[in-house]
Amino acid sequence: MTVGEVIDKLKLETKVTGNPERTIKGCYVSDMLSDVLANSTEGNLWITRQTHPNIVAVAAIKGLSGIVITGNKPIDPETLIKAAAEEVPVLSTFLSSFEVAGIFYNLIKKPEVA
Amino acid sequence: MEESETMEALEGSFQLKGGDFMDAGAASKEMRTVLANLGVPPETIRRAAVSAFEAEMNVIIHAIAGTLHYAVEGDALKITIIDMGPGIKDIQLAMKEGYSTAPDWAREMGWGSGMGLPNIKNNSDGLKLDSVPGEGTTLEITINLKGK
Repeated sequence: MTVGEVIDKLKLETKVTGNPERTIKGCYVSDMLSDVLANSTEGNLWITRQTHPNIVAVAAIKGLSGIVITGNKPIDPETLIKAAAEEVPVLSTFLSSFEVAGIFYNLIKKPEVA
Repeated sequence: MEESETMEALEGSFQLKGGDFMDAGAASKEMRTVLANLGVPPETIRRAAVSAFEAEMNVIIHAIAGTLHYAVEGDALKITIIDMGPGIKDIQLAMKEGYSTAPDWAREMGWGSGMGLPNIKNNSDGLKLDSVPGEGTTLEITINLKGK
């Protein structure tokens, strides 16, 4: 699934475009930055409530496919400037982290009830 | 002439200021470009960048000021971070995952999970930490550019 498709399916608001053709490989949900540095993997979509500029550095270093800011949280203008420079997509939603992660999980995993 | 220019591009120095989180990541960003140009594998570049970024953040969160210097020496990348800061009283404790002395402002930003030094250790091939409480800390990180 591409970044563009996820924007469509989750009805995300695009704050910084980046590359909509980029393939998303899984997802990581965390508000602790060192946790993301330690445990996210290349291509992950990152769901978080953090909005300050350090999130762009984290996403760029780990090669994440995009950042989803949840709960309609206002995003620091400096974050958007840095994200545009690094071509990291920044997307926003009114949904909570739990809700957006749950919907995305169902989209990519198609889990079966045991 | 050309050779000295090449050599110049294989190292860099950065000033770090306590509390100045806005520009955090500048050193690791430049390093990533330098390593990519050398043909270093992406996974190795990520290990180097995570180590450098965590080290930068440690200075920004804990110290008054510091410097980060990186240099490619043969098949290894050496990153040296020297700060004027509170120093670390108990290095063994500081290396323990989950232990943090980060101030509230850093925790509110999602730092201070006590994973910084463990992350550096896990992502590097060598780590040397020297600290004098009340004076500062020197951290030397080695990354093997030909893989772990």
